[in-house]
Amino acid sequence: MSFMRSVLVAGAIALSSLPGLASAQDFITVASTTSTEQSGLFGHILPIFKEKTGIEVRVIAQGTGQALETGRRGDADVVFVHAKAAEEEFVKEGFGVERKEVMYNDFVIVGPGEDPAGIKGGNDAVAALKKISEAGATFTSRGDDSGTHKAELALWKQAGVKPSGDWYRELGTGMGPTLNTSAQMPAYTLTDRATWLSFENKGPLEIVVEGDPKLFNQYGVILVNPAKHPHVKAEQGQAFIDWLVSPEGQKAIADYKINGQQLFFPNASAS
Amino acid sequence: MHGSFSILPLRADGLTYVIRGRALVDNVSFVVARGTRTIIMGPNGAGKSLTLRLCHGLLQPSSGSVTWNGAAQVNGRKRHAMVFQRPVMLRRSALANVVHALSLTRFSSADRQARASEALARFGLAELARRPARILSGGEQQRLAMARAWALDPEVLFLDEPTSALDPAATRAVEEMIEAFHADGMTIVMTTHDLGQARRLADQVLFLHHGRLLEQTPAEEFFERPRSEAARAFIKGELLW
Amino acid sequence: MQQENAFTTALNLILSGDAVLGEIVVLSLAVTLTALLVSAIIGLPLGAALALARFPGRSFLVVTFNALMGLPPVVAGLAVYLMLSRSGPLGWLGILFSPSAMIVAQTLLITPIIVSLTRQVVEDLWGEYEEQLRSLGSSRLQAIPTLLWDGRFSLITAILAGFGRASAEVGAILIVGGNIAGYTRTMTTAIALETSRGDLALALGLGIILLGITLSLNAAAYVTGRLAQKAAG
Repeated sequence: MSFMRSVLVAGAIALSSLPGLASAQDFITVASTTSTEQSGLFGHILPIFKEKTGIEVRVIAQGTGQALETGRRGDADVVFVHAKAAEEEFVKEGFGVERKEVMYNDFVIVGPGEDPAGIKGGNDAVAALKKISEAGATFTSRGDDSGTHKAELALWKQAGVKPSGDWYRELGTGMGPTLNTSAQMPAYTLTDRATWLSFENKGPLEIVVEGDPKLFNQYGVILVNPAKHPHVKAEQGQAFIDWLVSPEGQKAIADYKINGQQLFFPNASAS
Repeated sequence: MHGSFSILPLRADGLTYVIRGRALVDNVSFVVARGTRTIIMGPNGAGKSLTLRLCHGLLQPSSGSVTWNGAAQVNGRKRHAMVFQRPVMLRRSALANVVHALSLTRFSSADRQARASEALARFGLAELARRPARILSGGEQQRLAMARAWALDPEVLFLDEPTSALDPAATRAVEEMIEAFHADGMTIVMTTHDLGQARRLADQVLFLHHGRLLEQTPAEEFFERPRSEAARAFIKGELLW
Repeated sequence: MQQENAFTTALNLILSGDAVLGEIVVLSLAVTLTALLVSAIIGLPLGAALALARFPGRSFLVVTFNALMGLPPVVAGLAVYLMLSRSGPLGWLGILFSPSAMIVAQTLLITPIIVSLTRQVVEDLWGEYEEQLRSLGSSRLQAIPTLLWDGRFSLITAILAGFGRASAEVGAILIVGGNIAGYTRTMTTAIALETSRGDLALALGLGIILLGITLSLNAAAYVTGRLAQKAAG
């Protein structure tokens, strides 16, 4: 397809020279997750960071798996995700410089108010999943290799259940679409609390299980390794990371609330 | 015009055009001399239009040849032009149509505008110059097509049934233009099925029937004493195709 | 209920002169119209050439372009993503996750439409004009600009078809643009985002505005085209 190739080249060259479209401002690209973006957290903290440093942060909201892939390909300067094992793998492979913990929020299990599996009010996520599978109550899974999906699979493993069958629906989509679908079915699903609180189409869904330490959801931030991808804006990227774990950044995170509820809990270690 | 060098005479030698095994033009030979008016006649399907197109170079003969003053004519700076039964006008002004035609010839870009205006003025079309060519009447369009052909300054003009779609007034205007071209020294080769028109305009007649050339005869002789049975029937209006 | 909200939301957004909405609208139009311009510059002559040229493999090319009219946006997006990614062959340009990347993706999507529709228009015109133009001594190459100009009113429809596909498209620009707030967020990616946030009223409101813009542009093109056609015959 050499024609397509030349179209691309011609187009790309013509367009990269367009004024205003590909400006060389001071900016970094951060690959992050839908939960942080859609909950509005970035909308709250990024202006504060820009005010202080003049660095614009461009956030691409993806699933954790996709965000790490974006980093691997060198298409982001910083990844900011929540799947500890995958993040550590990312650093070990040499794509990331160092993983720093920033904050956590928690997952909750939401489901229809009628509660066909009888798990409402519980605080044991593993037991709740067992009951859902025994009752054959419909459960929707992100199925997209995101941090939430990975957390859900880990819980099923602990429950000793291999989720499959009519009642288990893998949607292969983001958190929001999964909640939209679950509200219509209705179905149980696992969601991060931040997305849930800012979600506006809850329908018959409500929180049925929360407060289990196993539902703890840790966010980490990693600078993409400039040794692998020389164009990475290491200095500005590091400045963003340093700010996130600084007392000022941590306070900005803690200050973000929806309806008076705090969504993310800063826990950067002093290390 | 063209005093020093001429592409004439035009000679067709054993001209044959075959489609799907049928010879629509079959071994036709004739000569067109400089300054003459040749009318190609014959019933429908005789091969008149094909013969014109073969001479003009729009079609390639299956066998036989067309030579111009002994040379096989090549494309490029043609010295012959053609006017079709239904003129094709571009979606632009009358003047721009002529300018466009000139842009495809030896005329320099500086001369085109003046030459095009001259062509329109000469044939009384000056006031139509700015009008979109496509919304002109059929007669106006055909006159414009004639003026466009004239502007190209051809030595030979082929005309394929130029008046068959026109009313009597427009037909008369076109015939007058043909006379004017001829008076300028242009050689005319034309098809028509209008006997009256042929009588008015022809110096010589080529009579075709079923792709074969039955007669190449001076006009007067053709209409008075046609040699072939088919031509006699045709003149009496009894041979339609 | 939701629908009523959508209309009120759309109206409120417009009346409040929302600055973010303005930016999104301007970006959407800038991206789509630039892609359209590039596609037209590539597609019109290419389509005309494809109509007139005779060479081995021409039918294959014609069929290929016809098929590419149905190229799924996600596939186009992915192809451009892999090209423009830092790990891809054009990574050195550094334009992934930028409006330029979105323009490239949309150009890839709509060029086949313009090529194919142009080829059809020019082929039909050539059928009508061929004898006359050849008689005047025009080569096929010389006929290309003549036929494009004479087919201009039909070609407006080809351009509008391209515009329609580009402005409605979300799959490709989401992948290559990244839907970055204030930088690569367009009408369609904003609609996708608001839908996934469950704010269906806002999503539908944005949809109504997008539809309004598309409708206005099409109406303007139609009226201009009709007036010009009347004048040109």
